[in-house]
Amino acid sequence: MSSSPANKQTLSELDRPNSYIGKVVPRPNLERLMQGRGLYVSDMELPRMAHVVFVRSPHAHAKIISIDASAAKRMPSVTAVVTGEELASVITPWIGVLSHLKGLKSAPQSAIAIDRVCWQGEAVAAVVASSRAAAEDAAEAVAVQYKELEAVTDMRTALDPQTPVIHPSLGDNLAFERNLDAGAVDAAFAGSDEIVEADFVFGRHTGVTLEPRAVVADWNAAEARLTIYQGTQAPHMVQNLAALHLGLEESQVRVVCKDVGGSFGIKVHIYADEMATYALSKLLRRPIKFVADRVESFNTDIHARDHRCKGRIGVKRDGTIMAFEIDDLTGIGPYSMYPRTSAIEANQVVNLIGGPYATKNYRARARVVYQNKNVMCQYRAVGHPIACSVTEGLVDLAAAKIGLDPVEIRRRNLIADDAYPCASPSGLRFELLSHHAAMNKLMTMMNYDGLRAEQAVLRKKKIHRGIGIASFIEVTNPSAAFYGVGGAKISSQDGVAVRLDAQGAVICQTSITEQGQGSESLTAQIVGSVLGVSMGRVRVILGDTDQTPYGGGTWASRGAGIGGEAALQAAKILRKNILDVAAAILQSSPSELDIANNAVVNATDGAPRIELRELARIVYFRPDTLPPGVQPELMATRHFVPREYPFAFTNGVQASWLEVDTDTGFVKLLKHWVVEDCGTLINPQLVDEQIRGGVVQGLGAALFEKCIYDERGQLTNANMADYLVPMSGEMPDIDVGHVVSPTLESELGAKGAGEAGTAGAAAAVANAVNDALKPFSATITEIPLTPQVILTALKRI
Amino acid sequence: MTAPLPISLHVNGERVDAQVLPRVNLADFLREQLKLTGTHVGCEHGVCGACTVRVDGEIVRSCLMLAVQTQGASVETIEGLSDSGEIADLQAAFRDRNALQCGFCTPGMLIAAQDLLKQEAEPDRERIREHLAGNYCRCTGYQAIIDAVEVTAQARRGQKP
Repeated sequence: MSSSPANKQTLSELDRPNSYIGKVVPRPNLERLMQGRGLYVSDMELPRMAHVVFVRSPHAHAKIISIDASAAKRMPSVTAVVTGEELASVITPWIGVLSHLKGLKSAPQSAIAIDRVCWQGEAVAAVVASSRAAAEDAAEAVAVQYKELEAVTDMRTALDPQTPVIHPSLGDNLAFERNLDAGAVDAAFAGSDEIVEADFVFGRHTGVTLEPRAVVADWNAAEARLTIYQGTQAPHMVQNLAALHLGLEESQVRVVCKDVGGSFGIKVHIYADEMATYALSKLLRRPIKFVADRVESFNTDIHARDHRCKGRIGVKRDGTIMAFEIDDLTGIGPYSMYPRTSAIEANQVVNLIGGPYATKNYRARARVVYQNKNVMCQYRAVGHPIACSVTEGLVDLAAAKIGLDPVEIRRRNLIADDAYPCASPSGLRFELLSHHAAMNKLMTMMNYDGLRAEQAVLRKKKIHRGIGIASFIEVTNPSAAFYGVGGAKISSQDGVAVRLDAQGAVICQTSITEQGQGSESLTAQIVGSVLGVSMGRVRVILGDTDQTPYGGGTWASRGAGIGGEAALQAAKILRKNILDVAAAILQSSPSELDIANNAVVNATDGAPRIELRELARIVYFRPDTLPPGVQPELMATRHFVPREYPFAFTNGVQASWLEVDTDTGFVKLLKHWVVEDCGTLINPQLVDEQIRGGVVQGLGAALFEKCIYDERGQLTNANMADYLVPMSGEMPDIDVGHVVSPTLESELGAKGAGEAGTAGAAAAVANAVNDALKPFSATITEIPLTPQVILTALKRI
Repeated sequence: MTAPLPISLHVNGERVDAQVLPRVNLADFLREQLKLTGTHVGCEHGVCGACTVRVDGEIVRSCLMLAVQTQGASVETIEGLSDSGEIADLQAAFRDRNALQCGFCTPGMLIAAQDLLKQEAEPDRERIREHLAGNYCRCTGYQAIIDAVEVTAQARRGQKP
């Protein structure tokens, strides 16, 4: 690849003695968070600020007959009660489609429902008051009369002719369908010695960010400018959409993102109630604050997964996987989410099934249907857990059928480590993966043979432990191929501006955002390393469309790989500019100079020549002393987007070791291992913690988390007491190991790591549970693996 | 709704006299009236632990306690525990171990962990996990938090004669 020579040169630059690359250094922003001195949107107050509370539909599907707000408007401290129709005067509706997802259709969605509600929890009116408590009191006094309509809740019957069509203008309840047929699937199945089929069922679950979604929108009528304070992963996307639907120029909208209490993909979308909050601020000409409460979060934060996937695998007796075939069905609620759409997850499932394996024979169908439940969309590891669970579940079933060890069947089918670059049957292009190296490392870390022996001994004592293995691939560093090509104004490039301040410290503005992943730290580590400046003297500014270069933000495991590379390139330019000035001051040449420990030094012996602080003083205050014609540029900006590969795929393998209590159906997680390959590790500790956090979200999906709807479309467990999330008591220790295959597409070589944990954790657990239950001939292909599911499979209930 | 009631209490060692509506919970009182926004509100029904504070030395969920119930009490929040230096070593361990990501659970987590460390000198990992099992963290997966608390317990034992 063309960047290969430059890569070598820069790696040596980053490998200098004082480099922070590859080192564990504490994140710069932790202190304020630990002392309770962060600033989350839910903490914010502005002068004249009012609070909005939404009256939400108790029905999954109903016609709005009337809204009587007269009593509410008379209540103390109430500023306004606004209906959907009234708000439509300031904000236009939207349709969540992308042109590259061919055939995807959706209906116009309004900020507040007009005439009809399509899920339980959809807002029907906004109540604005001087405090949230007053607004909540008044919301109870808004009388809404509904005529309940038949709710479409079961995805399996959503396309039946007798099922009502939710949006008649669309003709049917089919949002999107994709078919793929690669290789010679029929011949491959015909040539298989064994064929195994299973139906995989995935519970609908959600992100449960600890800080709910929160917005403060401040329309300044005198400036004709809207400032939106929001916990979002993508500030420029919010700017674009708020401007578009409020009839403003983007220059009239500023989006500021301070501390964010968890995101995980929940906060990368635009929600109707957030749009309503922006519009209310414009309508009422004052700052409006919206903070979802926990019940609203469960009813309106995007849900995810909820797939039913039929899978089929053909295998030779020698273990060769001949073909995969799937038929996936998912229900996404009544609208395709805006602007990223709700077809991406099913599309990803089609893309990713069978991804780690060499077989070229693959057929898939995915259908995405509408239903009267909360909207579904992209949540951490979009599609990966489904694809990984189906693939790895099928591989284990095939192995069991032909009597092969689960690790051995994988070794015989994983793409060889020297086979790259290559492509998958679905067209994914792999630059360099390391499945076998990762598997070998995992075997050592977990002492696989030892565990198998222990398992056999315990089984004789009627202690049922299982080992589950799951190889996976992960989409990271997305180019414009993800959203841009489909017409969405979601930037895939990111920018970083770096400047030397008047005391020789560095200020760095980046378009990636921070929700705890370590964006601020990795940016400071890269910039500090290239500039020879200590991290304590690098200040990183992010999350403000007025202050940072234009860019995508932090999602889809892109912050380090794309934003990090932009930081590296910007710092290199600034470094060159500093050395040019230093050479002029020192009557030397730039090639004879270097920067280390906050000073310009001799390249040869490292002897200090001039401190950056002194250099900055001369440049900013005594430019008259510089030689004629020297005009220093102590600020540099660079942008980056991957161009060669649409995505930088990473890979890895996970293993779970657990015990099933066959009397109670409870699963005790004993240990979990992950080996993954995200290329260059900028800060190994941050990578490991991303992996661990991601694993635990996957473990939640595997064992606990499910949004339980009844047949009328009522979410029955919309609170944290009934919707179970992983807590410290049930979680295992997680060992993380790495294989390092840098991408050559950037000089930094970093790929993403944020979703790898979530991608494979549930698959590893499900395979481990089935392994534990082998003596009972019970196979479960459904998550969450609740005691009820397990006892049912064991025919105990 | 009834009229505000006067309360008098100590918050982080400072005397506070305030008028509060009887229905206002302690979390909202701290955040909205005293502007102590380090106490976070995650679920408002006593499950997530983000609003954990100390009242007369005991940890409580401030979303489940009414402000009027703190009449005459001593309330300590993350701001007070940080300024007094009482948990400086625990905070340093959290920093070194990257035991927080978004940080929203962290004030409650630190206060709950300090509660355990005050009660027990030698909690093992299982015990730490059990004591923190009422504090939800979506980011870390808990292991780094358990590590940080364990390291702090060991260090505190080492300091004792």
